[in-house]
Formats: sequence, structure tokens, C-alpha cells
Amino acid sequence: MNIVVCIKQVPDTETQIKIAGDGKSIATDDIKWVMNPYDEFGVEEALRIQKDKGGEVTVVGVGPKRVTESLRTALAMGADKAVLVEDDGIYGADPMAIAKILAAVVKPINPDLVFLGQRAVDDDAGLVGSALAEFLDMPNLSVVTKVELGEGTVKVLRPVEGQTLVIESSLPAIVTAQKGLNEPRYASLPGIMKAKKKPLETKTLADLGLTAAGKAEIKALTPPPSRAAGKTISGETPQELAANLARCLRDEAKVI
Amino acid sequence: MAGVWVIAEQRDGALRKISFEAASAAKKVADAMGTDVTAVVLGSGMEAACKDLGKYGAKKVLYADDAAYATYTTDAYSQALAELIKGGSPDVVLLGASMQGKDLAGRLAAKLDTSAAVDCTALKVEDGKLVATRPIYAGKVYADVLVTGSPQIATLRPNVFDMVESGGEAAVEKVSPALGALKTKVVEVQQLAGGKVDLTEATIIVSGGRGMKEAANFSILEELADKLGGTVGASRSAVDAGWRHHTDQVGQTGKVVTPNLYIACGISGAIQHLAGMGSSKVIVAINKDPDAPIHQKADFCVVGDLFEVVPALSEEVTKLG
Repeated sequence: MNIVVCIKQVPDTETQIKIAGDGKSIATDDIKWVMNPYDEFGVEEALRIQKDKGGEVTVVGVGPKRVTESLRTALAMGADKAVLVEDDGIYGADPMAIAKILAAVVKPINPDLVFLGQRAVDDDAGLVGSALAEFLDMPNLSVVTKVELGEGTVKVLRPVEGQTLVIESSLPAIVTAQKGLNEPRYASLPGIMKAKKKPLETKTLADLGLTAAGKAEIKALTPPPSRAAGKTISGETPQELAANLARCLRDEAKVI
Repeated sequence: MAGVWVIAEQRDGALRKISFEAASAAKKVADAMGTDVTAVVLGSGMEAACKDLGKYGAKKVLYADDAAYATYTTDAYSQALAELIKGGSPDVVLLGASMQGKDLAGRLAAKLDTSAAVDCTALKVEDGKLVATRPIYAGKVYADVLVTGSPQIATLRPNVFDMVESGGEAAVEKVSPALGALKTKVVEVQQLAGGKVDLTEATIIVSGGRGMKEAANFSILEELADKLGGTVGASRSAVDAGWRHHTDQVGQTGKVVTPNLYIACGISGAIQHLAGMGSSKVIVAINKDPDAPIHQKADFCVVGDLFEVVPALSEEVTKLG
């Protein structure tokens, strides 16, 4: 089983996001960069399948040099090799451009399965998985919590609003990982040592004959709409507090 | 043909609420662009239901009937819609940012060599083009996005755009886009117990955090949610402690929600949680710690013991009827 996991490096979710001077991007100083949490589920699932079925796990990332750290993390977890498409200015590019770049890297690897996180917790777009599937002419199975392999087929669970869909697909296929798929392992110390010697190939956009230009642009970033200061509900007893709150919700806010 | 298209969404032959929200939003965009709204429905045996889209602004409905459309698959829907869109050349295509719409947007955009603005909370028209506002970093920042490809695709966050009645019945035109080989199949649909509204579509959410202390204590939140017609959510700590299923998690690594009312019980307010629920219309914090960050975000702060206040609130709600 030949498996690819596409990973993105994102600001740690603890990060207070600040808008940069250009008003269109975020200030990237003081950011701790980590592997997108949903991608960790993808790496873990690939490693579990590899343990069962054999084969090779390749991790692919796109971004500046710092993305190497996240690729090394995946190698330390147990992936076999990594490819970085290195470009300093690509962070924040249109996901469709990223999907095209990933397609160019993934296609020659000829995978049976490609994993991605269901969305990256920075741009929250969730577009790359299904776009990559289109560019590779593969089915996409999005936001998945269980993967079961058959003979040349895969069966997945996909939770949607109020239901869980059981979907069967031919291979090769693209799967995007949702929380619940597995419990990602931590990289062990021997794993980290081994990762340093594993192959990490660097390519440029020029090597692929592609650019970071996409079909969407950010016109402006703004802080979230500010909220008016809250009102502290008065009351001496829980009953008074509850009664006063209920009154506010009904008469002032008109939401109940 | 041009114009603004809205891809309606159905389940078991009934149009979902997000379809009417999206049609209403599409009508506003179309008015600003000086054009009309066309709705597209893919389904099986539901021609009569299509007319309702007229009430919310669709002038025409394109309806494709095939057993392959009864339950959504990316495969069948993206093939059919790409063909219809290529034929009709709309300027704008709007979908709900539901599980279906989010899945479809990327595939459609790739097929049509354009891009998509996902999970939008506001739309405006500037120089004849759609500019969509969407929260990123789970709402820590908002981005105004211009899709420069054509059509401009956007998905709209549920429960944000009002349903506005503006018209009468829409003319329904049957269409039959060609379908190639399908690689995926929905083999089973498992209904989740209780038939509760999903957090992403809920108008009222009662959420619990570390302060709930144990799984069994969520019963008081269930009771309040039942009385309010709401859904129970949870913070990451509550999910990681194993008290609630991961599908209940609200926050940056869970669901980003926009209910009319969000009641946070025993939730301190980690930055990831505040991001995920910060665009709720009205926020209530019930927490005995007056310094908990959640109180900074709340419209109504109750400094008290949730184990006493929540049951008392359930009683008050019963009294209000």
C-alpha cells in the first residue's frame, strides 16, 4: 500500500492572531508553528494501515523552510520519507493553487491512498482535499472518522448533520481526516533520532512548472466584530439568578 | 444565462433550511448585480417541493431527477452540477456551508477552474463582483475574499443569513445532465440517536466544560437544552476527558458555531473555544469564577454554581412556557 499524507504547518491554536501592516495577511513573528492537528490524524491512520498492509508512507508539505519541522515530526512518528515544496511567499495562497501543487508532487508517487486533514485550522477552508481529488481524478471521502480497507476498495464513516454515512469507494482515493479517526501517537525519542536520517527532498515551484497564483485573493483582514460589554445578572440565590437571566433572555435579547 | 445560482440541498426529498437561507442571500446579491436567481435541485421524486424556492427569491428552478441524486455523493453531484454550471455560465454560485456544501465547493471549484470562499458570514457586491466575508482562524480574524475565477463560488454559514420571503412560485425546468461512471456509493445511512439538530445548525446551544466534573452531570444540560429546543455542546477539555463525543466539541479544533443563543456552563473560555463560539448572537456564561475569560465574551454573566443555576434555569424556562 502506497500512502501519501499531505500536511500543512499552521499557527498553534493558542496563538493570538494579529493583522500585519499590509492589512491583508497576519503578522507571523511570535508564532509557534505546528502540524495542523487534523493532519496528525492522517499521519496516524497512514502508519496504522502501513503496519497492517506494508508499503511506504510519504509526507508532503508546501511552504517556507520552517515546514521542514512539521515534516520531520511526521517522519519521527514513523513516515518513511518527505517532500517539501519550498516557497517563502506561499503561506496564505488560494487553496486551489496549493491543491495543484500537491497534485503535481503526489501524481508521480502513484498512491493507493492520500490522507489530508479535513481542514486546516488557520484558513478553515477545507478545499484542498476535494480539489486535489479532482486534479488527480480520484474519488474524495471527506471528514472521515473510520477507514476500513477491502480488496481494492475502502469503506469509510462520514458523520454529517444528524447522520453517519457509510460510503464505499474504489481505490485510489483521497480521505480527509476528522477528529475521532484515531488517537495520534507522539514521536518517540528513537523516532526523532531516526527521522534525522530519513530522506527529505526539497522541490521548488519552478521545478514543478507552477506558481502560487490562484483564483481567489484576500482584499482585507479585519478583527472580529467587537461585542458590547456584558451585563452581570444580579441575584442572591440560584433561583433569583435563574429568574433574572430568563427574563433578560426573553425580554431584552428575545432569544427564548 | 448568467445570474446568481443557488445549489439547494435536500434530504429524503425535503429541502433543508439552509437552502432557503442561501436562496434569500442569493436574491440580495442578484438584486445588487441587477440579475436573477436560479436555484438548482438534484433529487429523486421531489419536483413539487422545488416550487417553494420561489418564495425565497428564486425565479427559476433547474431540477434534475435521478435515483443517483437521492443521497448526496461528491461524485454524482459534482459531475452533474459542473455540467449544468458550464451550460448556464452563472456569475455567482452559492451553496450552504453544510457538510454537503463544504465538500462540494472544492471539487466544483477545481472542475470549473475557479475558487471558492467558504463558510461566509456576509456578502456584498463591489464593482459588480461578489466580495465574501469569512471568519478564519476560527473567527480570530475575518477575511474579505474576492474569488477572481468564474463563477465566483461561496458557501454560506448556516443560521447566519435570514430567510426572507420575496416572491411566489418559481418555474421548474427539468434538466438531465449526463452522469459518467460513479466511483463511490453510500451503502448505509445511520441515523444518530435522538434526531438532535447538529451544533452547526442549532439555534440554541447549551455547552459544558471542565466545570461539569463528570459525564453524568451533563444530564442537567440535556434537560435545559430539551426545554429550550437546543443542542448540547462541549469544550475540548470535556471531550478529551471522555465525557462527551468528539462530534459535540465546539472550538477551533471542533465545530465553529453561530447559534442565536449560546449558554456556556462551567467553561473557562480558552482562546480556541472563544474563537469557535464567539460569533454566536447572544452568549450567556454561567461560571462561579468571576475572572473566567468566558465572562469577557458574554452578553449575560452569571457568577454562580452551575449545578444550582442550570436546574433553576430549566424550571424558569418551564414557567415561561
